Amino acid sequence: MGLRRRRRLTPYLLLVPGLAWLVVFYLLPSLNQLYVSLQEGNFETGYTFQWAWSTYSDAISTYDEQFLRSLRYAATATVLAFVISFPLAYFVAFKAGRFRNLLLLLIIVPFFTSYLMRTVAWQTILSDNAFVADRLRDVGLLDEDGRLLATTTAVIAGITYNFLPFMALPLYVALEKIDRRLIEAATDLYASRWQAFRRVTLPLALPGIFAGTLLTFIPAVGDFVNAQILGTSRQYMIGNVIQSKFLVVTDYPAAAALSFLLMAALLLCVFVYARVLGARNLQEAAL
Amino acid sequence: MGATAVTATPKSEPAATDADIVLRGVTKRFGDLTAVDALDLSIPRGSFFALLGPSGCGKTTTLRMIGGFEDPTEGTVLLGGQDVTDLPPFKRDVNTVFQSYALFPHLDVQRNVAFGLERRKLSKHAVRERVAQVLELTQLTGMEKRKPNQLSGGQQQRVALARALVNRPRALLLDEPLGALDLRLRRQLQIELKRIQTDVGLTFVHVTHDQEEAMTLADEIAVMSEGRIEQRGSATDLYETPRTQFVANFLGLSNLIDARLTGRDPRYATYETHDGATVRAPSELARDGAVRLGVRPEKLEILTEQPEGMNVLRGRVEVAAFLGVSLQYVVRTPGGEELTVIEQNRAGANGGTVGPGRDVLLAWRPEHPFVVDKETEHAG
Repeated sequence: MGLRRRRRLTPYLLLVPGLAWLVVFYLLPSLNQLYVSLQEGNFETGYTFQWAWSTYSDAISTYDEQFLRSLRYAATATVLAFVISFPLAYFVAFKAGRFRNLLLLLIIVPFFTSYLMRTVAWQTILSDNAFVADRLRDVGLLDEDGRLLATTTAVIAGITYNFLPFMALPLYVALEKIDRRLIEAATDLYASRWQAFRRVTLPLALPGIFAGTLLTFIPAVGDFVNAQILGTSRQYMIGNVIQSKFLVVTDYPAAAALSFLLMAALLLCVFVYARVLGARNLQEAAL
Repeated sequence: MGATAVTATPKSEPAATDADIVLRGVTKRFGDLTAVDALDLSIPRGSFFALLGPSGCGKTTTLRMIGGFEDPTEGTVLLGGQDVTDLPPFKRDVNTVFQSYALFPHLDVQRNVAFGLERRKLSKHAVRERVAQVLELTQLTGMEKRKPNQLSGGQQQRVALARALVNRPRALLLDEPLGALDLRLRRQLQIELKRIQTDVGLTFVHVTHDQEEAMTLADEIAVMSEGRIEQRGSATDLYETPRTQFVANFLGLSNLIDARLTGRDPRYATYETHDGATVRAPSELARDGAVRLGVRPEKLEILTEQPEGMNVLRGRVEVAAFLGVSLQYVVRTPGGEELTVIEQNRAGANGGTVGPGRDVLLAWRPEHPFVVDKETEHAG
């Protein structure tokens, strides 16, 4: 009797540490920020709770530009990361042979240096009189007075670079799991190499594509480091606004409201994306 | 070019003109390892052909070269007279049933089976009709919407078969298709496989290491060892007159006795065994040199009195076992060989076994033995 009860309870007991963590470090701070977002006042006189929903509408009308820019930059960087990562992951999974682990390590190696340091390094690489800009001017891809640093290109390139492993690794895992004999079976059944890829490899890689794009897109939308270091205020994203509201302007209600709006926008994006890709099919394909 | 190959074939070899699949001097090397060694093989149209051998004998590699998954290091592969050596799998008119089935996990049964037809751009209507037909043939009607992971092993095997059959290829290549199933299901599906092959009349090339499976299914069997074909023939040929020691031991049990040819007349050749007994074997099998005389366990009789016109060896019963359907003995001859005897259990409860330790006569008819060259034992 006692054993049976213990067995029934075990799954719930296993959830306790994770749930406790989420309650303390996620749910409670979120509720607190929700409370803050509805306050009014300023840093000197203090903030009081007012049900101030106008903070939300003001935030949207004032920072719609940064919101849309964030989505645009993140989407572009996600697509770029996918285009770069897929062939890379495919090569590592199917063709690399004994170099596979080495290549995987090389993908992860940048994580050994801090995110900030890597982005600052890019600042040096892209700076006006450095090697890259000079060579681009030599071949005429950049005007004589053209810049690489402090441009949209630089920010998107930075985001793409920084989040590439989050795209490459899930893609690799999904591709590596595919049984090679399935591709043989497809070619046996009159599929050319392209058709075998299109009909078998790609559908079976969908869970990895789904995971990789979300893992790239979601943090990229909220990113502020790349725009700050590689861009100017004309490239500022919603993350820069939130960061400055919290730490510079100390307008806590506005910062909290912007954070919630960002979260809502992301949830909406993910929901639509999952519907389009067919999340149910994904789960079945993953089995 | 295909036409000239056919007309150039001499009339004395009708099998070659009828052959659907021809391998000429095919060799496959993986690094230092020769998996298939200068293999010549022709498989007649409409036959159920088995490639039988232990693992590592090159049978699967041979099949994969017919399917186009491996390129031969040397030699030519012909399908229906056409040289396909350099064609990729999707341009070859053969389909494979893979050992692991390799069903597409993201597609249901209907879409799995329709895969080949869809690639060949058949109309939707034609695809549906042919899929329905083949699902009926393989007793899968009603399973159309299931995913592979919702099917039992036997059902998955049938889907793999249906997926290949539906294309009506020139030949079906089966790579240990029943290897993953338990014994009972395997026997049941063997019968079904044979029925389907008879129904559709396609050429089946079946790779297996299970001699019983090969004998049950195949019209013709090629026994492979170390990348070569040891012997090819019907199940009866291979069992009754194996030509090499390997075949004698791989197909069923054999008692092999060292012997030397001493004389021959039109019917029988006479041999002296290494412990001095004289035995006879059919004259047409006679071979000089160091040979071994083989006889199957069920051909041996245990007697206590000298019989007329039979080969006889003396021996002592070492082990006697009652197996229900049969009685099995191990009898040691004075020369030191241990011979296995299998006797039908005809006597029932009144009979029982001849007890161990008894001196007996082992007798068999002179038309039963086969002769193989004496080889040094294969390692393993």
